[in-house]
Amino acid sequence: MYTITRASRRFPRRNLLPKLYARSLTSLTSSDLDHFASFLPRTSIISTMAPFSDGPEAIAQYNADWMGKYQGRATTVLRPRTTEEVSKIVRHCNERGIGLVPQGGNTGLVGGSVPVGDEVVLSLGNMSKVRSFDPVSGILVADAGCVLESLSDYLQPHAHLMPLDLGAKGSCQIGGNVATNAGGLRLLRYGSLHGSVLGLEVVLPSGQILNALTTLRKDNTGYDLKQLFIGSEGTLGVITGVSILTPPIPRASNNVILALPRFENVLPLFGEVKARLGEILSAFEWLDRGSYDLAVKHGQGRALSEDEVEGAACFVLVETSGGRGEHDEEKLTDLLEFLLSADTPLINTGVLAQSPAQFSSLWALREGVTEAVSKEGKAYKYDISIPLSKFEEVVNMTKERLKNVEGVLGVIGYGHVGDGNLHLNIIASSYTPTIASLLEPWLYEHVSSLNGSISAEHGIGAMKTHALKYSKDEVSIEWMRKIKEMFDPKGIMNPGKVLLPREGNVMGEGEKEGSGTARAQE
Amino acid sequence: MHPTSARLLNILVPIKRTIDYAVKIRVNPQNTGVDTNVKHSMNPFDEIAVEEAIRQRERNKDAIKSIKVVSIGPPKASEVIRSALAMGADSGIHVEYPDSAPSPEPLAIAKTLKAIIEREAKEKNAPIDLVILGKQAIDDDAGQTGQMLAGLLGWGQATYASKVELDASGKSANVTTEIDGGSQQLKGQLPMVITTDLRLNEPRYASLPNIMKAKKKPVEKLSPSDLGIDLTPLLETIRISEPAKRQAGAKVETVEELVAKLKEAGFKAA
Repeated sequence: MYTITRASRRFPRRNLLPKLYARSLTSLTSSDLDHFASFLPRTSIISTMAPFSDGPEAIAQYNADWMGKYQGRATTVLRPRTTEEVSKIVRHCNERGIGLVPQGGNTGLVGGSVPVGDEVVLSLGNMSKVRSFDPVSGILVADAGCVLESLSDYLQPHAHLMPLDLGAKGSCQIGGNVATNAGGLRLLRYGSLHGSVLGLEVVLPSGQILNALTTLRKDNTGYDLKQLFIGSEGTLGVITGVSILTPPIPRASNNVILALPRFENVLPLFGEVKARLGEILSAFEWLDRGSYDLAVKHGQGRALSEDEVEGAACFVLVETSGGRGEHDEEKLTDLLEFLLSADTPLINTGVLAQSPAQFSSLWALREGVTEAVSKEGKAYKYDISIPLSKFEEVVNMTKERLKNVEGVLGVIGYGHVGDGNLHLNIIASSYTPTIASLLEPWLYEHVSSLNGSISAEHGIGAMKTHALKYSKDEVSIEWMRKIKEMFDPKGIMNPGKVLLPREGNVMGEGEKEGSGTARAQE
Repeated sequence: MHPTSARLLNILVPIKRTIDYAVKIRVNPQNTGVDTNVKHSMNPFDEIAVEEAIRQRERNKDAIKSIKVVSIGPPKASEVIRSALAMGADSGIHVEYPDSAPSPEPLAIAKTLKAIIEREAKEKNAPIDLVILGKQAIDDDAGQTGQMLAGLLGWGQATYASKVELDASGKSANVTTEIDGGSQQLKGQLPMVITTDLRLNEPRYASLPNIMKAKKKPVEKLSPSDLGIDLTPLLETIRISEPAKRQAGAKVETVEELVAKLKEAGFKAA
């Protein structure tokens, strides 16, 4: 009947589509295109439909995520240059009931930025101007389509930096970062975007422009509407501008990798490190032995010498950033001296970066795990928040559960200990239903029993809609729904993401099928 | 104690504190130099030299008696000496000049090193057998110190080394060096000077126990006058400027527009 392509794998059963996807939505027609062409230049429209008839390759990158796991069927991508253009597009789509997928750098991990069907992709990439920067307050106002790294480059001469940093910084856009409430490597130090974002400009599904682009640190004037859009994953509106508080660049940074004889030492170590480094602690990252070995195997950063890794059960990367190198170094060496001279040392040994090159190399061992995993095989990636003390237990339980299962190459854990965020990766030679069914819903149930979160920083996207109930109770989900329906009564904004449609009251059934879909995707 | 009666080898590794290679260099507003208020670290080629000395000792355990590093620089040069000691060198010498002094030139550095080598032999009874240093420092890129030092001492030299095999008992070294389009193999009697190239090795991280040990290792502080050396440069830097900035381009929407722009700029069809 149909061949197994990426698109059809997403929808193993024909009847699944309408349930993931509001029935009321209509497909784009050529008259809609004519309308868009009346106010958008040719270069802002990419469409495989006549009269544009661009080749499929022109649109391919917008229809698939970077992992090649999710595949949409959009015919048309719009790349507006101004907030007004966004507003006109959204207003028209709302009137016509055409689904819209706002897309930033398309670097997400949960399929939140690609269409589930033939929605129109609204790419913010053409909106990439810095609107203002105040070097005294450090407040930056920028278009949503600004690439994170280009903002960092912009701030560099002003001695400021973005309060977030991700592996995807070279492609991801600030609007997408905010829409997904991206976490990343600086969260421990600078907090989440709920704190550092001061204001937003959002085009609502009605086409109205919500101008909440304030540059105020303090603004207690009723409901803080912008917070709703941070982490909404494009389901409530299109973020077109961001006002964000940027911290001054630390003048000195340093890092160490510590080798630990057993996982139990991680928590007491975290306590010591926090107490002794105080305000200069900027990252505390954990990786288990499997993650380290994999990173080394795939050439991510220079390995430690053999006698340094001998007997190590796991590793911790500690980063410091501060205003004065000598002061930081003194604190850091005091800490290291304490750690090495303790009667029952928490660490076996460790290495301290001697130069920026080594600093990057040590970070590469941690940041490179993601890439190493993708080189090793197909990965089932879980991004969960659980109590720190349970990190290893969850990894071990998963290992035990998948022991002797065909195709499983390894189970590894790493993550932001400082934020209670574990990245659990199961690496397999291929995605199989057996492995998927062993992992889900078991893992989600376990996370739920620990009062954890099934998505610490990756979001819900299309991947975890069915699993939302493991982290949110019924009352929460119901009120999330009400908010969604109030902003977007026709359900045009990023359909099939975060919340399943209420339509037909298929919730129970939809969940089951939803997880079926996820399995097929994996 | 030692099985061999031959005198054990002493290695000297000169190292320089330079602006880190990852730092974007900016010319100062007065156009007299570059902004030095940035991250510094050990010149990468010198780091390779330190690593090579340590590896030679790991390979020839009983043949090498000491690895001494020397840095000629302002007070903060002591940081790179500590780094080298943390990697595994035994002791250091810091020939210090004030922050305000201009950077010395390769000839003055080579003369200083020669003075140190003579001092080691006469006063310390620890004659240097081998000097390993970077082929160049990445700040001024002169690439002259090693050659000048060998010339002043009348020693053999093997420059741009990518492999070093030490014959400790025969007191000689086989060195593979990088040359245009390939490599050449040299053999020389110690004492000699070797300059390191990028492919020689990859320097290690400093382990925490070694960093702690390094704090207790001796570093001798000298002034240029202690060695009878004048570091005043022979050349005067008149002006430093950045390359001219490229003008930003613009995107055109159509071929017609491109042709029009080209005509505007004075291009004509051939």
